[in-house]
Amino acid sequence: MTEAIDFRQAGLSAANPFRPWREGIFAALAWGATAVVTWGLPDVIQWGATGLFAILSGLVALVFLALAFLVPLRGWQGGTLTHYGPWFIALGLWLLGWEIVTAKLGWLPKPFFSPPQGLLHVYVTDWDRLLICVAYTARLWGLGFFLGIAVGFVAGVGLGWSKRFAYWGMPLLKLIGPVPASAWIPCAFFIFPSTFHASVFLVALASGIPVAILTASGISQVNRAYYDVARTLGASARWQVRNVAIPAALPNVFVGLFMGLYYSFAVLVVAEMLGAKFGLGWYLQFNTAYSAYANVYAALVVMALICAGLVRALFVVRDRVLGWQKGIL
Amino acid sequence: MPDHTAVRPLGLSFDRVSHGYDIGKTVLPVLEDVTLDIQPGEFVALLGPSGCGKSTLLRLAAGLEVPVRGRVSGDGTPITAPGPDRILVFQDATLFPWRTVRGNVEAGPEARGELAAKRARVDEALALVGLETFGEAFPHQLSGGMAQRAAIARALVNDPRLLLLDEPLGKLDSLTRLNLQKDLVRLWQARGFTAILVTHDVEEALLLADRVILFSPRPARIVQEVRVDSPHPRRRDDPALIAMRSALLANLGVLEDV
Ligand SMILES: Nc1ncnc2c1ncn2[C@@H]1O[C@H](COP(=O)(O)OP(=O)(O)OP(=O)(O)O)[C@@H](O)[C@H]1O
Ligand SMILES: [Mg+2]
Repeated sequence: MTEAIDFRQAGLSAANPFRPWREGIFAALAWGATAVVTWGLPDVIQWGATGLFAILSGLVALVFLALAFLVPLRGWQGGTLTHYGPWFIALGLWLLGWEIVTAKLGWLPKPFFSPPQGLLHVYVTDWDRLLICVAYTARLWGLGFFLGIAVGFVAGVGLGWSKRFAYWGMPLLKLIGPVPASAWIPCAFFIFPSTFHASVFLVALASGIPVAILTASGISQVNRAYYDVARTLGASARWQVRNVAIPAALPNVFVGLFMGLYYSFAVLVVAEMLGAKFGLGWYLQFNTAYSAYANVYAALVVMALICAGLVRALFVVRDRVLGWQKGIL
Repeated sequence: MPDHTAVRPLGLSFDRVSHGYDIGKTVLPVLEDVTLDIQPGEFVALLGPSGCGKSTLLRLAAGLEVPVRGRVSGDGTPITAPGPDRILVFQDATLFPWRTVRGNVEAGPEARGELAAKRARVDEALALVGLETFGEAFPHQLSGGMAQRAAIARALVNDPRLLLLDEPLGKLDSLTRLNLQKDLVRLWQARGFTAILVTHDVEEALLLADRVILFSPRPARIVQEVRVDSPHPRRRDDPALIAMRSALLANLGVLEDV
């Protein structure tokens, strides 16, 4: 029985010694087609880095081709790389379509749309300014977000735990929660000594409010029986807050953190609206004003990638902290 | 278990205690004029129909509730707040789901700042309930019976002077149940704490307790008290026990051979 199976498997591998990674080949084809179309067909309108874009997509196609053969050789099937196979194909097709409807056919016209090489051109020529902008935004966002979630968390614990604090705090929070960030601008710029402080305040507010609301509701929903257990064990109120209320509310706190993360990115443009000299939000506005939409798209892509990276990081943190939840949800 | 851990047991008395819960407009009467004296070191079992108020009685003894009328006192002092010398093992285990089993057992000593001195006791308690290999497991990885045993370990590690057990063996299979019943008696004899056990199982009550108290349906009144004098270890086919069992079951309104 075992021998028969062994024989069949041997026969199979003799007839087909080696199966390349199929999605890798398709990805190579998609990216290769992008390269050929970009290089071969004439542009309706002249754009910056057409040649470079063709070469880069061609290189990516070659990398996928090489990977298509490396994957079975190295036994990488089932890894992260092959998991994203369909995405690599889709990305190549997307670039191909984008290239055709903008640069090659001109259906999506200048200056509102830009072909991929237009964005590439921005990265090649304006990378230094973009990098500075990323650094400035990172400083503003980092300060604002971490300040906001720290204050929001502490306030949320207070609101959820103390009836008196909730009596005064909850209505206030509900009142200021829905106010859009831009409405704070006059107030913030009057109160704070510098525009930078005011901008940090706006980011902090955007990230802190959802954290505060969700922390408070999480803590007020904790099963009373856990407090009964803690009290019979002789726990002080302080211990109950730290070891019962907060851990029990953490799943909610993380929902608040995810919301705060998204809001803080959405508010960056507003926060960098006035007085900022650098920053991705500033870059977006500056280039919108000059109708340099390729730059706008280029900066948006950078922002989206950073935000996605941070969301990913937050997921990792959550899975570590809330490991005890595995199997409950 | 070495008896260096013997405790000074608590004497408990309910003096004409009535209690009820506020349910919107009216008060739901739960306990009615209950007077009960429990000697230090006594093992008392409470029997009664479901919903009659047994858990409520334990909550009063633990100090989690203050009676509407009457007085609950421990060694003569009124009980008004919970404290670690009166530990309640809840009807459902209510382990902290974010702590490991060991973390749960450590909770009491940790909360009182005694953890450093009690680490060995934590291991002892885990071993006693047969969970020594599950110290690092989280509650959601335990079966219902294991969770119940973890809750017992979490209570025992505090050396309570009064141990309140709310159907702690209800979810266990019969073999584990028998073993844990023996362990419970052994522990009670070794450490000498006062014990109150709520159970639905008449036989279990008679096997473990010095005194079995039978309550009426809600609002609970004491209907019958049975003193069990047979020495431990008791046998379930002891004719004296069988006679008492029949009497109790008759009073519970149940035919013996059901
Ligand atoms: N927090 C509460 N609020 C309102 N009513 C309550 C509360 N706790 C218990 N009760 C009511 O009090 C009565 C007695 O409850 P208790 O839990 O003491 O019963 P029990 O004898 O332990 O029942 P079982 O054997 O089913 O556990 C029940 O009718 C229940 O509905
Ligand atoms: Mg009960």
